[in-house]
Amino acid sequence: MKVAKRTFDAVIVGAGGAGMRAAVALAESGLKTAVISKVFPTRSHTVAAQGGVSASLGNSEPDHWHWHMYDTVKGSDWLGDQDAIEFMCRQAPQVVVELEHFGMPFDRTDEGKIYQRPFGGHMSNFGEKPVRRACAAADRTGHAMLHALYQRNVRANTQFFVEWLALDLLRGPDGAVLGVIAMELESGEITVFQAKATLFATGGAGRIYHSSTNAFINTGDGVGMAARAGIPLEDMEFWQFHPTGVAGAGVLITEGVRGEGGILRNDSGERFMERYAPNAKDLASRDVVSRAMVTEINEGRGCGPNRDHVLLDITHLDADVINRRLPGIREISIQFAGVDPIKAPIPVVPTCHYQMGGIPTNYSGEVVVAGEPVAGFYAAGECACASVHGANRLGTNSLLDLLVFGKSSGESMIEFIRRQPAALPEIPQGQIDRALARVDRLNTQKDGADVHETRLAMQRTMQNHAGVFRFKDMLAQGVDKILDIERQVLQTTIRDKSMVWNTARMEALELDNLIEVAKATMVSANARTESRGAHVRDDAPDTPEHPNGRDDANWLKHTLWYRDGNHLEYKPVTLKPLSVETIALKTRAY
Amino acid sequence: MSTRTILFKIYRYDPDKDRAPYMQELPVEVEAQDRKLLDVLVRIKALDDSLAFRRSCREGVCGSDAMNINGKNGLACLTDVASLGNVVTLRPLPGLPVIRDLIVDMTQFFKQYHSIKPYVVSNSPPPERERLQTPDEREELNGLYECILCACCSTSCPSFWWNPDKFVGPAGLLAAYRFLADTRDDATNERLDNLNDPYRLFRCHTIMNCVDVCPKHLNPTKAIGKIKEMMLARAV
Repeated sequence: MKVAKRTFDAVIVGAGGAGMRAAVALAESGLKTAVISKVFPTRSHTVAAQGGVSASLGNSEPDHWHWHMYDTVKGSDWLGDQDAIEFMCRQAPQVVVELEHFGMPFDRTDEGKIYQRPFGGHMSNFGEKPVRRACAAADRTGHAMLHALYQRNVRANTQFFVEWLALDLLRGPDGAVLGVIAMELESGEITVFQAKATLFATGGAGRIYHSSTNAFINTGDGVGMAARAGIPLEDMEFWQFHPTGVAGAGVLITEGVRGEGGILRNDSGERFMERYAPNAKDLASRDVVSRAMVTEINEGRGCGPNRDHVLLDITHLDADVINRRLPGIREISIQFAGVDPIKAPIPVVPTCHYQMGGIPTNYSGEVVVAGEPVAGFYAAGECACASVHGANRLGTNSLLDLLVFGKSSGESMIEFIRRQPAALPEIPQGQIDRALARVDRLNTQKDGADVHETRLAMQRTMQNHAGVFRFKDMLAQGVDKILDIERQVLQTTIRDKSMVWNTARMEALELDNLIEVAKATMVSANARTESRGAHVRDDAPDTPEHPNGRDDANWLKHTLWYRDGNHLEYKPVTLKPLSVETIALKTRAY
Repeated sequence: MSTRTILFKIYRYDPDKDRAPYMQELPVEVEAQDRKLLDVLVRIKALDDSLAFRRSCREGVCGSDAMNINGKNGLACLTDVASLGNVVTLRPLPGLPVIRDLIVDMTQFFKQYHSIKPYVVSNSPPPERERLQTPDEREELNGLYECILCACCSTSCPSFWWNPDKFVGPAGLLAAYRFLADTRDDATNERLDNLNDPYRLFRCHTIMNCVDVCPKHLNPTKAIGKIKEMMLARAV
């Protein structure tokens, strides 16, 4: 197979929020930068974010980055690294203001400042009472942000390679990252992108689950490529189930709905969150709300003929507020739930939403393995684990994460690239052959497993064995099942062999990435025998000795899953922030 | 609910093996979980993996799955199966080169979008904090910034079909007005100069196909009218 080669200072894989924020920094610095994306940039999944981006601007009431930091550490169930969390919360006002300068059409307060709304887990004065911290553009914040970032990149003349699928990471004999190898979808041609620095900003892998708010494209490509290149994956057992996916359809309904006053009700109309989170109620953290909903459903208080969902009620809100602040939600409800939320409540159910774990990085975006940065390799956004979200992410911290760490990794790359010699090292042929072998196999494989069926089997297994509540026996069985399914993935077959825009080949290659994420999730979840944040198991219940089932003596540590032999290692959580005192361990309650 | 069968007629063309495009006829029994046209397409693809179409968010915000559905442009993910008759004809968006099946080459479309300088141009250095904008000023951007660049509008516009290289098209002009209407933008004159051309702006003959097909219920014709008003006001 003929392989072309192109060289750049920097290569970014992924053109969502993180990749495009990094691209702005790199392109504006004058470095030769390529952004590779399997979809046109504004089709990236950042576009679907709704409710807001957090920053302690204090535009409507007093707020402080330290309170934001406290909420984030508490939200993470103390698994987040406090240095990275301080860094992110302190940077938040600046990166949000920059985005406004890029042209982001934020909603406005009467004074003309950026509009902010309440959100789950956002509190003032170290957990006292809800605070308006989520900066919003109606309920289309992600869309407005992604377009503003793309527009800024148009201004900066960033070079995009649109509809190219990255296949594998390329590493030198010393482990340094030398670039990626990618396939142009239109022609099927394969090119090596060699660069002094490579950033993965490939997003999450929510499509490992059967019911997901995620787009079809969220197949964990960067995470899979990293795993195949020997990089461990951090904290992959932690997946956020968003409380309010439209029942049956999975489409997201923002927490901003509850921020604007929406209420969750069970079959008797009861505002059940008052029992589970007396203080924050419907605005408790997402893991807490999702578990409360599943408990209501499991105990027979669900709604509908099958009692399989609860209701999100905003009928008490002024129609004007709904049309002004939540227009997209109204449209989604009508389209996907068949109800106009002005008149009737929306049927909702917890739905897989966000990958807290990922490629291990520090807050400068450098990928870190065994305490050392991997030369030339960076990751940011959902595919990375800095770790700021720990065991449970706060709503709106995802958009903040991609701005802060997109920018910091871009800046780290600039500094790194300027220190490199002009001559680029030789890429070992074996590295290129490894990627070509995956494509070759698909071109020749006969009588193998069907891609669609195999993916479905994986998604059902993840859903049933590693959901909102987890069970010891189911997790153990889940590991065996996923390893069985991996054997199918290794011999998938496609009927379409065309070179032109072959979506069958693309889906098969994506499944190679999904299965790495599924394995990492199941193996890591099976091993962590405590409950923490989004990872809650039946054999680690709430006891006086271990409130909420959390076991800090044994499990206050990050999981590292290695693809090689499916083995696990652990590393300590960074409890020491950059400038303030450690936010001390506490039992989490809302 | 009694099941029904829809006869799909789908435009197929793979330049790697087909000498010419053809219409594939495919009867599909509608299942309970088929809410949207995209659901059915995904099921068809599970049986015939060679059918090529773009898709991503499946909720009408990414703009990937625009196609021509029974003669009208729309998003597959927002098209109710229940709204479709028993024969459904699917073609790629008209007026752009077909790459394969339902996938078109959107280069020309994006070139026009880029040509209007789709970013805020400010002459003053960025302040410490956000630039201020009143809620009323911000309100002016509603109905403009929500565009998802799906190209349903521009590829339904006869003026764009004839002059895709010269006429900016409804999507690009909607974006042009989005920046003209933004109080933070200082490039009004340059923007109007850039459009003051018999083709770039004035090829719009208010046929209004764009308004009819926009899946986000936006109104490019109205935006184009506002640009013309601004031009007129500047001239007098």
